[in-house]
Amino acid sequence: MFEATPLNRRNARVELVVKLLFLLMTVVLVLPVLTILSILLVKGTPALSWEFLTTMPEKGMTAGGILPPLLGTVWLVAGSVVATVPLGVAAAIYLSEYAPDNWFTRIINLAIVNLAGVPSIVHALFGLGAFVLFFGFGTSILAASLTLGVMNLPVVIVATREALQSVPRAFREACWSLGATRWQTIREVVLPNSFSGILTGVILTVSRAAGETAPIMFTGAVFYSPFLPQGIFDETMAMALHLFVIATQVPGVPEAVPFAVALVLITMVLAMNALAIALRVHLRGKKKW
Amino acid sequence: MPPEMDGNSSTYGLEGKGAALRGPEGASRRYGRDWAWWQDKLVASVVFVGGVSAIVFVLGIFAFVTREGLGFILHTMDVREFFGSIAWRPTSLIRPTYGALALIVGTAFVTGLAMVFSVPFSLGAAIFIGEFAKGRVRETLKILVELLAAVPSVVWGFIGMTVMNEFLIRTFGVPVGLNAMNAGLILGLMAAPIMTTIAEDALKAVPDGYREAAEAMGATRWQVVWRVVLPAAKNGLLGAVLLGVGRAFGETMAVLMASGHSIHLPTSPFDSVRALTATIAAELGETAVGSDHYRALFTLGILLFVVTFFINLAADLVVRGVRGGR
Repeated sequence: MFEATPLNRRNARVELVVKLLFLLMTVVLVLPVLTILSILLVKGTPALSWEFLTTMPEKGMTAGGILPPLLGTVWLVAGSVVATVPLGVAAAIYLSEYAPDNWFTRIINLAIVNLAGVPSIVHALFGLGAFVLFFGFGTSILAASLTLGVMNLPVVIVATREALQSVPRAFREACWSLGATRWQTIREVVLPNSFSGILTGVILTVSRAAGETAPIMFTGAVFYSPFLPQGIFDETMAMALHLFVIATQVPGVPEAVPFAVALVLITMVLAMNALAIALRVHLRGKKKW
Repeated sequence: MPPEMDGNSSTYGLEGKGAALRGPEGASRRYGRDWAWWQDKLVASVVFVGGVSAIVFVLGIFAFVTREGLGFILHTMDVREFFGSIAWRPTSLIRPTYGALALIVGTAFVTGLAMVFSVPFSLGAAIFIGEFAKGRVRETLKILVELLAAVPSVVWGFIGMTVMNEFLIRTFGVPVGLNAMNAGLILGLMAAPIMTTIAEDALKAVPDGYREAAEAMGATRWQVVWRVVLPAAKNGLLGAVLLGVGRAFGETMAVLMASGHSIHLPTSPFDSVRALTATIAAELGETAVGSDHYRALFTLGILLFVVTFFINLAADLVVRGVRGGR
């Protein structure tokens, strides 16, 4: 039978060392997430309570709760989802179902890649120049939501396109062969079969919109507001900006409070991501093709 | 047969390699222009608008940022001062100066540090996840990388100010922990998920036949990876690194909070630096709309937009190279 030669043994050793090295590198990379979460949990929990989440800030934000930024983030996220999802899904349907393979489609794809790569502060400048000043929305939830929406558009497009393209081609062909038009096929076959995938993309958008700071800084979110927003033309506080403000701009905030705000923010964001992941795993288990 | 209806006669397009699938136009040809036909055309135009919106927004961003910044470029800006001087004193009453050199160097320095930390680990993680890990381990690691990507940048900045700050002071004995090193480490962690994900995609794009052929000749897993998979995937890996650079380059809140935010040319990683993005975020709120200072900040925005545009373009061209020129 085979006898391990010195070469075999050396190869096996190298193999093991390399594998452990790469494992170590991966662990170093993902360990910070767990570290951050535990630090935030340990340092933030003491300041966390039901009152903290449901009362107004007091004494120049050094005491009281975080109700206004919490509600503000909900407003902003809802606004950006309403603005982005229809447009993003339409774009994805076009690219997946209608677009011919030509230079124009290639430019659209290039634009999506570039839109995804534009720095968040440049989105803020765009939002200020376009929505706040040019279209005259002022610093408002509307302007901030639209800015967030433009920023998240590529996320929605890419996720939706992937979901649409995971529907097998044979499904479409079967439908066409019955005499259905493209749109009838999309409505009756493609969309129902990719709904969960699209939903996953939407949830990821929500998560991203909730955590962004720079794009809303000059377009609709304010450092402090004594009122809760009443409509889309009001300014609002927001969780992400609130964390920045109490961590850097306000003296005399008890040490646990920014940790608690960070904890609430990261919980909102990671809960959304966990939901998206769970949905995807569930979907993969259910898929019949 | 209406001539305006897509002159392509191959209805089911079995030979089709188009971006979208060849559709059922032949079927509607048989039934003529009924309500369903018009509905289809209507939807086609609506979703076309959606597709075009991506182009409109990229152009719109450039147009609106340029519109606000152009006045500065044309009238106030002294190109030699902007790119050659470190004197960024936009609020000086006597003579405001707009030297962006220290900001450009600061951004480049922090991005470079981030890449030094992040590239080896990200590519290593991609290789481990893509080539060595299996089953549950692999799925768990992928989820953790995804969660890493989900941490908001302001939370990263806050971690930089608190945890990383303390860590650097204790480990290296420096008086202040808010410096280029801090921002570099934080940005490295922020850029890692995108590099890992794209690099893993690039490894996955290498046909299994390559691996099988190498294994059939007696190569170990590592030999397969080192001699076959990595050379075949090198363009995709380069694209992944470029996207990571773009991510680190454009990051705002984390750099603002962790880098120390002081204007000078860094001589060591433990110097405090200031980035282009952070300058805009910190100063825009205090400027009057239309002032020179305001327009100068938009000019920094134009610079950021143009640089990231070319980084992303390069990444896209490099990645496309692997996929057979498509």
